[in-house]
Amino acid sequence: MAKVIVYPPTSMILSDLVARMGHKALVVPEAVRNLVTESKIQSPPLNMTPEEPKKGLRYAAVDVPSGVRGRMSLIGPIIEKAEAAIIVEDPGWLTGCAGCSRTNELVRLLIRTKGIPVLDLSYPTNDDEARVFVQKIRSFLEGLN
Amino acid sequence: MLVTKYVITSPESNILPSDIAMKIYGSKHDVTVKETCMGVTINGEEEVIDELVKEIRSLDPAGIFIKDRGFPPGDPRRCRGRRGGGARPGFYMIESESKILPMISRALAAEGEGIVPSLPEKKRPLPPARLEEIVKEGLS
Repeated sequence: MAKVIVYPPTSMILSDLVARMGHKALVVPEAVRNLVTESKIQSPPLNMTPEEPKKGLRYAAVDVPSGVRGRMSLIGPIIEKAEAAIIVEDPGWLTGCAGCSRTNELVRLLIRTKGIPVLDLSYPTNDDEARVFVQKIRSFLEGLN
Repeated sequence: MLVTKYVITSPESNILPSDIAMKIYGSKHDVTVKETCMGVTINGEEEVIDELVKEIRSLDPAGIFIKDRGFPPGDPRRCRGRRGGGARPGFYMIESESKILPMISRALAAEGEGIVPSLPEKKRPLPPARLEEIVKEGLS
């Protein structure tokens, strides 16, 4: 069972397909869960503490906006754990954790420079594309075993 | 460790969120269930949820999708009842992907047939060298 990071990191379709095919999908909600359910959280109404942007400094410079560093404090450790990646380019709608274009560029760059197997795809727009989409993901994941 | 997962049904699935909720109520598992417009949210111990997810998937293997959620169900930091209404921040992503779910469901159901359609090659941008030639031809 390989640890597979998916991009967009909040994708329901990709995380489901990875889990359905017997691998572990590395996704942002898991990182968020660790943060929000921890009883020692410093600022209860928020899920980010002042420490998070500091953790993000490992991935982005100090002059990079804190929003990027904050997101990287969640996504960065996931990238470090990843053994493979599935990237779906330009879905045209990304919100929340995945809604920052600069963070997304950095995430894709870090995944690609990590040297792990990467599958590049686009979201399907018709049934034939969907079948190819599912088939490519299955072949890619089977190749990781 | 307590985990939360979304169980989302494809818009074309014959399974309703209430069917999933009834299945969970009828199971022996000790979990929290919350029905939503697109499926249900379940919260419980990781091992229990993993086992339950397998049972739920069996209702419609190609039409039920599972997604991790960070916040527990009804968490005041995310519950719209406490935030003055409006959709929960993560809803927009689910809403956008839900539009593709019927296609993915059909693709998963058709996987057993073993036929993968060949797609026409996508148009590529004009190579700069060819553009240069066209410009030269146009100017000569």
